[in-house]
Amino acid sequence: MAKKQQTWELRLYVAGKTPKSVTALQNLKKYCETHLKGQYKIEVIDLLVQPQLAEGDQIFAIPTLVRKVPQPMRKIIGDLSNEEKVLVGLNIRPVKAI
Amino acid sequence: MMNLLPKTKTGINGLDEITLGGIPKGRPTLVCGGPGCGKTLLSIEFLVNGATKFNEPGVFLAFEEKTEEITINVASLGFDLEKLQKEKKLRLDYVRIERSEIEETGEYDLDGLFIRLEHAIDSIGAKRVVLDTIETLFAGLTNLGILRSELRRLFLWLKEKGVTAIITGEQGDGKLTRHGLEEYVSDCVILLDHRVINQISTRRLRIVKYRGSVHGTNEYPFLIDEEGISVLPVTSLKLDRAVSSERISTGIPSLDEMFGGKGFYRGSSILLSGTAGTGKTSIASFFINEACNRKEKAVYFAFEESPKQIIRNMKSIGLNLEPHIKNGLLQFHSVRPALHGLEMHLSTIYKIIKEVKPTTVVLDPITNLISVGLVNEVNSMLLRLIDYLQGEGITVMMTALMKIMDERTDEGVSSLVDSWISIRDVETNGERNRALYVMKSRGMKHSNQVREFVITNRGLELVEIYLGPNGILIGSEREEQKLYKLKGQELKDQQNRKEMARRRQENAMPKQPKLKSGR
Repeated sequence: MAKKQQTWELRLYVAGKTPKSVTALQNLKKYCETHLKGQYKIEVIDLLVQPQLAEGDQIFAIPTLVRKVPQPMRKIIGDLSNEEKVLVGLNIRPVKAI
Repeated sequence: MMNLLPKTKTGINGLDEITLGGIPKGRPTLVCGGPGCGKTLLSIEFLVNGATKFNEPGVFLAFEEKTEEITINVASLGFDLEKLQKEKKLRLDYVRIERSEIEETGEYDLDGLFIRLEHAIDSIGAKRVVLDTIETLFAGLTNLGILRSELRRLFLWLKEKGVTAIITGEQGDGKLTRHGLEEYVSDCVILLDHRVINQISTRRLRIVKYRGSVHGTNEYPFLIDEEGISVLPVTSLKLDRAVSSERISTGIPSLDEMFGGKGFYRGSSILLSGTAGTGKTSIASFFINEACNRKEKAVYFAFEESPKQIIRNMKSIGLNLEPHIKNGLLQFHSVRPALHGLEMHLSTIYKIIKEVKPTTVVLDPITNLISVGLVNEVNSMLLRLIDYLQGEGITVMMTALMKIMDERTDEGVSSLVDSWISIRDVETNGERNRALYVMKSRGMKHSNQVREFVITNRGLELVEIYLGPNGILIGSEREEQKLYKLKGQELKDQQNRKEMARRRQENAMPKQPKLKSGR
């Protein structure tokens, strides 16, 4: 992989522990473990607790995954159930042979 | 006592009047229309008025324009959004939805939007909310199933929250909005329209529906000027204005005579119609001069001549208006009718009247306005103007050129005016004389006589027409008859021919310049 040293900063916006949010977090963790092992950080923001943060990242849908680093910022909305779409959306090169 | 639908005042000129008190309180209202029809402006004015006039803070959720852009755009209307935001009376939030930045996968909802909105509402205790325009979501998101159910939930949520909301929507083909927002917002729908007819643009507003309330159903023209939006109801819905029984002089003693010796009612409307060159402007000038003599303020709206022209022409018949202009009692406003559309004319007139607060207004001539509008449009404009003036207790005199005047204009206006004076040309024996009569005058005794109307260099005069054995005698024939009475038949017979010739010349000569002046 080209950007070996870089740590991926991912932010997941949720609103309480809804089934969609839980699914999204589980899915995200699974993909990161598979494809970005050891070089990612996941921050979960619950907008019910910190509603003021929604404006900054232009959040309107829940759940929303935001890729802060590497730039440019990317957003994926939904429960992240489609692995391929998430990887394309985040621009992660999948680790093939599993 | 029945519970009527509670309403929230928009504070927009005229809109509260046609909705009989504003838009439904605590419910969403849909404002739709094509691009550039004033949706955003109307909604911002709703919020600004709420914040400044009714002590109701508001939230503006923008989907199309950035908050900075909106702030700059409305600054020209005197709305200081930054100041209102600092005072916590207003909150702007821009929701950016960029298709290219977003990937959708699986189930989601719009809770993020709800949370943002709720946070904004709660942070300033907002009572009013604007979503401009929520349809942008349709461009940004592909899952229409989710979107539609979420929108339904959003509007229900807004109702539960108890905020009065305006949702704007772009007009679609054959539908009120492109994405059918009217399905969700069903309490009140306002449609804005911007049309160009004969190269003159008019904005119109119509209340498509208003559940649980009576409302004006017509299309109402509205204006956007430096003070924001003003909707001009074609007619005010009630006829309950106060009336005065005070009488004011016409400025011409012999004309007063025709109105029972006292002249018009104060606050009434007078129409002066006649063919070209019958002295309409002269009568109007004498009338306005009389108002100034009473130390009252007056405004003369001239659509044909410049103020200087009128002043010069009036001097030729012994009327000097200049002193009144100098001491500020009389104001002239000359505008070419083609300068702008009818609505703009109307608003200019409104504004000047509000500023000057005159007791007397002259519109000379109203028929010229037809050159910029269709007959029924001019009609409705005059209707509103007269309505407004009467509401304010202002006496208005309008002149109308008969030949141009369409019969329909005539009828439309004539039912509105209180007094109507008609001047006609009478051509007999190679002379052109003017005959004046009162067509109608509501609520007072008035003369049924046709009088000869004479313009001399000392002023205007009405002379009784002689009814001789050979019919009506007018002009030099009348003079002759007078002579006949005074000096007797014998003398008259002798001098007949000589006198006739002399009078003829006398009458013809000084009238020459007056024909030009008297319009």
